[in-house]
Amino acid sequence: MKILVNGAWRDTSAVDLAAALHEMGYGEAVVATALNGEFVPAGSRPAARLADGDRIEVLAPMQGG
Amino acid sequence: MLQVYGIELRSRLFLGTSRYPSPAVLSEAVKASRAQVVTVSLRRESSGERAGQGFWSIIRELGVRVLPNTAGCHSVKEAVTTAHMAREVFGTSWIKLEVIGEDDTLQPDVFGLVEAARILAADGFEVFPYTTEDLVAADKLLAAGCRVLMPWGAPIGSGRGLNNLFGLKALRAHFPEVPLVIDAGIGVPSHAAQAMELGFDAVLINTAVAQAADPVRMAAAFAQAVEAGSAGRLAGPMEPRDLAVPSTPVIGTAFLK
Repeated sequence: MKILVNGAWRDTSAVDLAAALHEMGYGEAVVATALNGEFVPAGSRPAARLADGDRIEVLAPMQGG
Repeated sequence: MLQVYGIELRSRLFLGTSRYPSPAVLSEAVKASRAQVVTVSLRRESSGERAGQGFWSIIRELGVRVLPNTAGCHSVKEAVTTAHMAREVFGTSWIKLEVIGEDDTLQPDVFGLVEAARILAADGFEVFPYTTEDLVAADKLLAAGCRVLMPWGAPIGSGRGLNNLFGLKALRAHFPEVPLVIDAGIGVPSHAAQAMELGFDAVLINTAVAQAADPVRMAAAFAQAVEAGSAGRLAGPMEPRDLAVPSTPVIGTAFLK
């Protein structure tokens, strides 16, 4: 299925958000996630099932003012 | 000592971490500023990048408290979701809440700001709202659960100093017990000193330091300005007057006509 990750479409075979992050190689990176505009805490990623067309945001610390 | 959400801070200078020429300069500037609070943000990162992880380890090494922002958010939903993501990543309930209402001036949408502040405060966040000098908005933000306000001096990154002195003085006078942090628009150390002389509790500086020819030296200059302005306020400034008053005593002046 296709999912939209940080604005770019990609194919995935992952069934949940945790698996998708693993598949994309985020590993131990400190990131926060949202699925279809809703925050998904790290502990809830394995329970967050993915469907075709889902939008995922993966955010990391960045400089800010 | 400044107290915000139960945390005592010696330094009244908050420093932004954006737009520095290099991570090394950022790190030195934070040290030179003696800031105990720095602002940070969240951005998209692909799995191949590690920029965010590198930045975060630099900040952690500095041993400062972080104040994550919701920069770039134009709606209540975006800001609330970003705040939740920031709380998890940075491990703090502090959030500098920005809900931007206008792209040319980057001024806050105070209506959305109040709504987002109410949602976040009810959810245990300690909200630092980026607002204007508007008294009604300030009142509503306090009612929404904010215990600190961050009024703008001038539009973000403009370096124009305190644009509306009357409005800012009125805000200070109306809320004498509320920590007020001037956020945005400070361009030079004298602006920061002026804010402190007017009785504001702290200032947040980013571009003025980061984009200076020598950011580290400028960070130190701002630290001095904030301390000088703060000490000047505590010392009780004289009242300005319209006519001259001789500072040298006139009694005993020689008659030499």
